[in-house]
Amino acid sequence: MNHSLRTPLSRARGLGSAKHGVGHFIQQRATAIFLAVLLPWFALSILLGTDGSYDSVMGWMKHPVNAAGTALLVLTGLFHMRLGMQVVIEDYVTGAVARTVSLLANTAIPAILAVIAILSVAKVFVGA
Amino acid sequence: MAGPQANDKRPLSPHLQVWRWHVTMATSIFHRASGVALYLGAMVLTAWVVALASGPAAYADFMSFLMSPLCLLILFGITAAACYHLANGIRHLAWDAGKGFDPKVSTATGWATIVAGAVGAVLVFALAFLA
Repeated sequence: MNHSLRTPLSRARGLGSAKHGVGHFIQQRATAIFLAVLLPWFALSILLGTDGSYDSVMGWMKHPVNAAGTALLVLTGLFHMRLGMQVVIEDYVTGAVARTVSLLANTAIPAILAVIAILSVAKVFVGA
Repeated sequence: MAGPQANDKRPLSPHLQVWRWHVTMATSIFHRASGVALYLGAMVLTAWVVALASGPAAYADFMSFLMSPLCLLILFGITAAACYHLANGIRHLAWDAGKGFDPKVSTATGWATIVAGAVGAVLVFALAFLA
């Protein structure tokens, strides 16, 4: 409960806590644990289960487990990536405009990649 | 957002110019660098799925582009970054659980993650091109 009339931004500017740090920390770790399973699964499954040709990869992606796993990998990976890059930007990009633009781009780019990738996986899976 | 530190002329952490290089510091910097490199990896993975969804001709074009020497070199770098970031990420999770902070242990696991990155990338490429 925040009984102060100060905004979280004001608190952060005064070098107080904006109260978002713990959530960021936990989300970064939780996505890391899922990715430590999803990424090796995806790489090994593609490398051992297909020969890289269009037909074999299409066959692989049409399996529900593989389509769902790929979608989960993309979403979890992009979420984790955004959190990580956010910290890098906050550490090194100091100008107000450059920082704001970088942080906005760091939200937009993973979102755009997520939509494109999920639509593509869905298209292959449905067979449209 | 930009606060009082925006106009501060003091050096930003990590203070590369004043610290002696050692493996635990190098692995920390490599973790960031490999994470940033994986931004490109996510774009390549997305492009690959888009190519797959675009049909056999688009997929063949994309794969032949990906198999060009320069792209293969970049792909090997991304693969090494992924293997390293995964190995060092597990090291970070162990640290979060309070394990492995002893200097000797963290130095040994630091070298192990660097080796894991290199060996992992070679293994993935061996599986992809030799199997």
